[in-house]
Amino acid sequence: MATLAMTRLDPQSRAARRGWSDLTIRNAFIIPTIAFLIIFNIFPLLYSLGYSFTDFRASTNAPANFVGLANYKALLNDPFIWRNFAITAKYVIVSVAGQVIVGFGVAMLLNRAIPFKGLITTLLLLPMMLSMAVVGLFWKLLYDPSFGIINYALGLGRFEWLSNPDMALYAVAITDIWMWSPFVMLLSLAGLSAVPKHLYEAAAIDRAGPLYTFFRITLPLVAPILMIAIIFRTMEAFKTFDLAYILTSQPTTEVISIRLYKMAFQEWQTGMSCALAYIMLIMVVAITNIYVKYLNKVKER
Amino acid sequence: MAAVKTRSEVALNRTAIVAVLVVTIIFLAPIYWIASTAFKPRHLATTIPPTVMFEPEIGPFVKLFLRRSQLREQPTQEEYEAAPWWERLVFDGGEKVVRDGRGEVQLSGYPDRFANSLIVAVVSTVLAVGMGTLTAYGFSRFKVAGEQDWLFFILSTRMLPPVVVAIPMFLMYRVFGLNDTHIGLIILYTAFNLSFSVWLMKGFIDEIPKEYEEAALVDGYTRMQAFFKVVLPEAVTGIAATAVFCFIIAWNEYAFALIMTNRKAQTAPPFIPSQVGSGLPDWTVIAAGTFLFLLPVAIFTFLLRNHLLRGMSFGAIRK
Repeated sequence: MATLAMTRLDPQSRAARRGWSDLTIRNAFIIPTIAFLIIFNIFPLLYSLGYSFTDFRASTNAPANFVGLANYKALLNDPFIWRNFAITAKYVIVSVAGQVIVGFGVAMLLNRAIPFKGLITTLLLLPMMLSMAVVGLFWKLLYDPSFGIINYALGLGRFEWLSNPDMALYAVAITDIWMWSPFVMLLSLAGLSAVPKHLYEAAAIDRAGPLYTFFRITLPLVAPILMIAIIFRTMEAFKTFDLAYILTSQPTTEVISIRLYKMAFQEWQTGMSCALAYIMLIMVVAITNIYVKYLNKVKER
Repeated sequence: MAAVKTRSEVALNRTAIVAVLVVTIIFLAPIYWIASTAFKPRHLATTIPPTVMFEPEIGPFVKLFLRRSQLREQPTQEEYEAAPWWERLVFDGGEKVVRDGRGEVQLSGYPDRFANSLIVAVVSTVLAVGMGTLTAYGFSRFKVAGEQDWLFFILSTRMLPPVVVAIPMFLMYRVFGLNDTHIGLIILYTAFNLSFSVWLMKGFIDEIPKEYEEAALVDGYTRMQAFFKVVLPEAVTGIAATAVFCFIIAWNEYAFALIMTNRKAQTAPPFIPSQVGSGLPDWTVIAAGTFLFLLPVAIFTFLLRNHLLRGMSFGAIRK
């Protein structure tokens, strides 16, 4: 850690007259941020780690009793929690796969001379900048079985999206794909534009087919950046809360964050929810680790 | 690049352009639908087939800002004629404007929530960008033992699921009386944006040549003077881009606001969905609220267009 230790200066010295030493400046610039994050992120997590070993309920005044690992055992043996994890996994796969296909596909289309390319790209990026909760809410109207424009545009009649237990998760994923494909597109475009043109020319001279060119030149060179997009979106989809919470209340869309929210703030099983939070936390930190490795890898290039 | 284009290449290009147009229209359709619904009379918001052509009106925006209740009986002719134009709009929708004992018009919950969003987003942005810029400079210019680990630690705080952080914060805020306060939300958003701001600003500051400051130091500037007079002016674009990003993230945030606030400090994202609650929602009013809420972000997105890639990759990918 950045140490606070510094050498005392003679007040008459030239260094003292020249203002703060580099070491002082470094510490004064860095330590507040680290301290802020420790106080408001790490300390609360230690606090909840403590509670995860108790039967504490924030809705009562009853003192917390130490129960050891009972909460963790109960959670890991609870088939309903595993179902929530399974729903989350399905959601992650459908929504990230959709975003990669749509996002990378559109990037391939855009990676050529197109009139108003800059404007079109910015317009396409708009969905990801908007509030998930607020825009997500409006998709309720778009999905409405009687007067939603989605059913009308696709000629689906009175097809049920959100109130159909089998369809609701896909509906949430479709909205997520709409919002976040632009993110994959943005990163893919950066990757595609960095592929040296002479490689394509060489491939053309060698009479390489389009498939060969794609799999042997384009994809390997875009892969690192595409991986960043995929890992980041996987992590975000794993944590997803806003969209699914706002769009439906089906048990089939109860992703793990929603289960955690209900456990903590509706059922007030505070101790148990802290334990579940820790299980999630470990998973997220693991994904973050992989993500940062890729970020640094791309940075070095 | 090969100058000669075969006929099939030209055809491929044309097909791609058409496909791009189709995709753009599909992607913008939901946003267009929000914007157009915000200007529709209520009975045209939910029609089959959907109404595309209509005479726009600002009724939904008037209703958005006024507290209204269902009309029990129609207003008399005199009442109706004595009412100002905006009150007539409300009468036309089968509702009346709620007034307090002294006859003052009551506002709906929307303006307050909008103001809360603005206060919380602006203050947390200033704090996050201010602290983030200093820290980024510290990491960029000085030797820090275990620099990579510290930067990883900073970024990992950003990746924590909001609900996970919210549980202990809720309990701690309860002790300190910070639930449903602006300060409580500002602290959370500052912490959330701080890591983002450090990473993004470090990228921008790394790009400013060290020689600029060294020249200033030789000229007799102190390190602090060099930072404020040489580095900061060079970093202005980066600071502005980072600030706009932080503002948008705080402005859009939902989960913390849902858990930590309920009235006094509630921001717009949890408030807007809560209007749908009971009965048949008036989608024109919801659309109007959504439209006003999205408008600043849409404008900022255009201003940020050249920095989106950088921001979205935490500064790792620069064009």
